[in-house]
Amino acid sequence: MSQITFDHVVKRFGSVVAVNDVSLTIGEGEFVALLGPSGCGKTTTLRLIAGLEIADSGRITIGGRDVTYLPPAARDVAMVFQDYALYPHMTILENIGYPLKVRGVNKRERAQRVTEVARELQIADLLERRPSQLSGGQQQRASVARAVVHQAVAFLFDEPLSNLDAQLRLEARAFLKHLQNELGATSVYVTHDQAEAMALADRIVVMRLGKIMQIGAPLDVYRNPANTFVASFIGSPPMNLLGGKALVNQGQFVAEDGETVIDVRRVYERLSRPPQENESITLGIRPEHITIHTEPHPFAIPGQLYVVQPMGGETLVNVRVGPKLLTVRLFQDEPPSLPDRVWLEPALEWSFVYGADGNRLQ
Amino acid sequence: MNRYQLRKAVSRGLLLVFSIIIGAFFALPLLWLLTAPFSTQANLSVTIPEQFSLANFKTVFNNRFAIRALAVNNMIIGGGVMILVASIATLASYGLSRTRVPGRNVLVYVLILFSSVVSGTAAMVPLFLLIFNLGLIDTYLGVILVITGGLLPSAIFIMRDFVDSIPRSYEEAALVAGASSFRMFRDVAFPLVRPGVMVVAIWAFVNAWGAFLIPSVLLRSPEHMPASIAFYSFYTEAGTPNITLLSAYAFLYTIPVLLLYLIVNWRFGFRFFGGIKS
Amino acid sequence: MERRAIFSAKVGLLFLLPALIFVAVFLLYPFVRVFVLSFTNQTLLGATAPNPDWVGLDNYKRLFDLDRWMRRGEFGSALMITARFVAGSALIGQVGLGLLIAWAFYRKKGFLREAVYTLVILAWIIPETVVAFTWVAYLDWEFGTLNTILDAVGLGRPDWLFDYPLESIILFNSWRGAAFSMLLFSSALETIPPSYIETAEVAGANAWQKFRDIFFPLLRGHILTDLILITLWTFNVFTPYLLTGGGPTRRTELVSIYTYRTAFQGTHEFGKGGAIAVVMMLINFALAIIYLLMIRRRRVEA
Repeated sequence: MSQITFDHVVKRFGSVVAVNDVSLTIGEGEFVALLGPSGCGKTTTLRLIAGLEIADSGRITIGGRDVTYLPPAARDVAMVFQDYALYPHMTILENIGYPLKVRGVNKRERAQRVTEVARELQIADLLERRPSQLSGGQQQRASVARAVVHQAVAFLFDEPLSNLDAQLRLEARAFLKHLQNELGATSVYVTHDQAEAMALADRIVVMRLGKIMQIGAPLDVYRNPANTFVASFIGSPPMNLLGGKALVNQGQFVAEDGETVIDVRRVYERLSRPPQENESITLGIRPEHITIHTEPHPFAIPGQLYVVQPMGGETLVNVRVGPKLLTVRLFQDEPPSLPDRVWLEPALEWSFVYGADGNRLQ
Repeated sequence: MNRYQLRKAVSRGLLLVFSIIIGAFFALPLLWLLTAPFSTQANLSVTIPEQFSLANFKTVFNNRFAIRALAVNNMIIGGGVMILVASIATLASYGLSRTRVPGRNVLVYVLILFSSVVSGTAAMVPLFLLIFNLGLIDTYLGVILVITGGLLPSAIFIMRDFVDSIPRSYEEAALVAGASSFRMFRDVAFPLVRPGVMVVAIWAFVNAWGAFLIPSVLLRSPEHMPASIAFYSFYTEAGTPNITLLSAYAFLYTIPVLLLYLIVNWRFGFRFFGGIKS
Repeated sequence: MERRAIFSAKVGLLFLLPALIFVAVFLLYPFVRVFVLSFTNQTLLGATAPNPDWVGLDNYKRLFDLDRWMRRGEFGSALMITARFVAGSALIGQVGLGLLIAWAFYRKKGFLREAVYTLVILAWIIPETVVAFTWVAYLDWEFGTLNTILDAVGLGRPDWLFDYPLESIILFNSWRGAAFSMLLFSSALETIPPSYIETAEVAGANAWQKFRDIFFPLLRGHILTDLILITLWTFNVFTPYLLTGGGPTRRTELVSIYTYRTAFQGTHEFGKGGAIAVVMMLINFALAIIYLLMIRRRRVEA
């Protein structure tokens, strides 16, 4: 298994810069998720590692070797595609064994190694069938088996679970994570589903429009989002973000509607670099870090109760504050009976301030 | 320059060479059509006219018979075939697609089978007698009908895949909203299949426009002849071609098809043979 | 796949009716009639026009008269010429050329592809009378462009239409018909998901392995389909008549041209023409059956 590095890599398609000066290091045996909305460059980054795209500038290394201009065959990586790419004219056995076949491994040894891997992935009894005879989940595992048999130095996954239905997806997710733990494989995993990235990855790379927005362990990224994009992308339900102006001298915040005023003096005081006077800032607080009060409370924001959503294991409460609808998450299954007017107290240590450029003020 | 960039440049170069060779192979025979019509000294060679002239065209335009063949007869035959093929094929493939007609797949394949079997000169023999017995020799109708009959199976084949790929939800919604079958077809289904209909219509028109065998067998009087036959009127009695006039006429005869191709390619990108792959 | 019906079967048949009428009149009827015709001595003119006699297998005997049939201008000769024509034009020329071009431009876009495709397609759609004449000009011994080029590189000036008429019409027909194969293969190649090829690349396959293991198996059905369709079309094509008239001295008289000469020129022998038509149709039928069987087999596999 090998380390992968990107050194100021740029990739353009015509006038669109898909990967915009990306640098990162993926350690040996690490499971890294490339996360972001469509068009953010995550798939292009993956394909650059595979050699299916060649960088316009910058350097890519795998296991210390400069692979920037090498074709895929020379890079010794394995890839699992979203549509599984199982050849209809081959049996599952032949499909899984294909990387070995092109390397000249003889038929008997191929069959042996394929059967071993198939057994691990619990598809050993399907080897004589054709791909069309397998279910979606089985096809997915066959596709993964092919990557495993390859014994490559890194595994690349391009949204491998997107074609499965919700229930299967959760099962397959657990399975993949377990497999990766067992194999200790350097893995790069592309997804647009933040829950998937959170569950699977050792580190998440959040991307947007070709640039890296933040890299970090899932909990890090969740607890300390570096900018408003990451803050709103990670977490479901997403972080509450309130835009407005900072009236630092008065220790206040005025929301976009120009009317709602919040006392945030103690929040500004915690910042080593508070915002400029009148700077456009965004306040952020996660739904689970808000306490609801039924009477006015110091540091609490007044709001109008909108709707209560009992979710089973938890309850979501939507409250209108100024122009925005904030979400509060209560870890109780009994929905509270709340009056029309409530007061929301954000936990101080989880209150975030983001400057005009979207980045976090510490 | 590293190995990758070198490889890329070489493969681009090879493609260019290949394109030039193939392009030349296909273009060379046609070059004559671009030079000869515009020269009063035209012969069978491709030479840039010393003096670019439209005199050949003027003379051709004065040939009432040839121009009538092109402007009138070709249009009538082409237009007639186009309308018939497009409408019948659309109705048929729509019916096949939206109804549980038993053995609908078999039906289409049998159609294709028959149209491949009964084709070309072989079919002309009994068809001539048929048209003769119907009294339609030397009529536009006879020619239009026979050409249509030959094109229909392929047209249905092309349209069927196209119609199948359009989801029925729009049509079902219209029926639920209370439209009658034919109302629904007119207001909802037809607009949806219109691109396919246009492609089939143009394809049928182009086929009919260039037809030679069927008109030559079924027509007698010069007033009904299409351009493909009138073309030969530019030969002298002795059998030598009058090259200057012939080339101009050929040019005029080709232009409409050329324009149609450019229009279709610009709007649709020549995709209709997707049906063949299945 | 379950197909939900929108109309009742009755309405559906109504939609089908015009097409069915046409097919019955212009396909079924000739198919049947021609059999009957072949057993008569029907002609267009003369005594046997209104009152043809039944002559049994006479027409067929004349076609297959083993003493004479291989002579120029007879049926056997026409069959041989057509066989060589189909082998050269359909198999090598059109399918080969079409596949080559589609392959060369696989997954490529841009000006080169558009230009080449346009030229190939133009060769196909320009009216046959026009292209036949441009080829007469192109192949002309004295003035033709081809000889101008060949002469310039020192390869002399062959008289194509006179000395190499069969080669000329093979070349012409390949040029004319390559577009169909090109479009068919181009479309077939596009149905291969890019991930199939990319998986092979990542697995380490080189160009030859990719072709052998991925492209060829997936395209095999399309290649066969194309071969049959092109063979059928080439077997029946009439356009070479406009280039050589079946000559010189009947050296390029394809079966289609032989039929034309028998039934629509000279003594207009429809009975004999019918017999030829029957034989042609039977050959077509055999080819079409092979085609259908292959389609059915592929559908089952997929």
